[in-house]
Amino acid sequence: MTLLLQILLAFGTLSLLAIGGANAVLPEMHRLVVEVHGWMDDATFTQLFALAQAAPGPNILAASVMGWHIAGPAGLAMATIGMLVPAAILAWGMAGLTHRLRGNTWLKPAQFGLVPVAVGLIAASGVIMANAAGTGWITVGIIAASTAFVWRTKYSPLWVLAGGGALGLVLL
Amino acid sequence: MTLAAAENDRERPGNAALFLAYLQIGLTGFGGVNAWARQLLVEKRGWMTEQEYAETLGVAQVLPGPNAINCAIGVGVRFGGGFGALACSIGLLAGPMALLAVIASLYDAYGQLPLVRAVLTGIAAAAAGMVLGTAVKMVDRLRPTLPLITVGITALVLALLRVPLPFVVLGLAPFGLLAAWQVLRR
Repeated sequence: MTLLLQILLAFGTLSLLAIGGANAVLPEMHRLVVEVHGWMDDATFTQLFALAQAAPGPNILAASVMGWHIAGPAGLAMATIGMLVPAAILAWGMAGLTHRLRGNTWLKPAQFGLVPVAVGLIAASGVIMANAAGTGWITVGIIAASTAFVWRTKYSPLWVLAGGGALGLVLL
Repeated sequence: MTLAAAENDRERPGNAALFLAYLQIGLTGFGGVNAWARQLLVEKRGWMTEQEYAETLGVAQVLPGPNAINCAIGVGVRFGGGFGALACSIGLLAGPMALLAVIASLYDAYGQLPLVRAVLTGIAAAAAGMVLGTAVKMVDRLRPTLPLITVGITALVLALLRVPLPFVVLGLAPFGLLAAWQVLRR
């Protein structure tokens, strides 16, 4: 199987499972990209994901950046198509039903019931990223400070990323 | 004036207008796209009411995949069918994709330079904290019941044990639904 096809399939399997956005599929993305296929190491995975968070647009485009890193522009195309198209087709099919779904009695439990799963997966993402990024006491300090900042304040998380980059430049 | 008349009075955007609106949303939407989309579609352009946008977003949030893209597809289908959906989603993604292609190629070219590595290591650590903080904040806000907490912790542990995601999601969804149904029934 060619590399491009492997990229398409790897991200394609993630598409319909992304119930909590990019942060919730990160553990599976990490499992496939780093552990199963060995396309990049822990540090590169974490940095590329962080860069996608810092850029505008949906965070799921982390898949595109990783695709580029694995196989250049064609890799970017394959990862993006795999990640977006299956979910997009489903969304298209469901869009016509919006009016009929309104006030539907199962919509609320469906929305609410997947939340704990998504939160658990987001927490797992945080642990995996912290594990990869926390290489010394300075980085562990940055992780702790940014966790507290995002939890306790209402400012945009972009300040955290900028602050982390600045601290890295000065201290590391 | 009846509701139907109000609906007719409102401007119905064409595909080009949808594309341009979403191009703008994609390029300005740092962090969260949905807040920007709501502001432009509801407040500035008046293409949708608050209620219509909330309903479209509500369905987008239940579906798998990024909410912002699902929502763009919902908006596109509403005004322009399949081509409207294409106009909105491509508009939303074009700007960020171009920028990310530049970032990815810069990373490949300069990512190993010591100075760049130091900055990237700092950003990665901050992003790790950002994701952790998001999870903590969500738990804090939701004030979940014991069954909901159990489902969440099980998802966390299974993901860390590297259990493939399909098994985690499909295996835990029934329990999540049950726990949610129990809360909503009260």
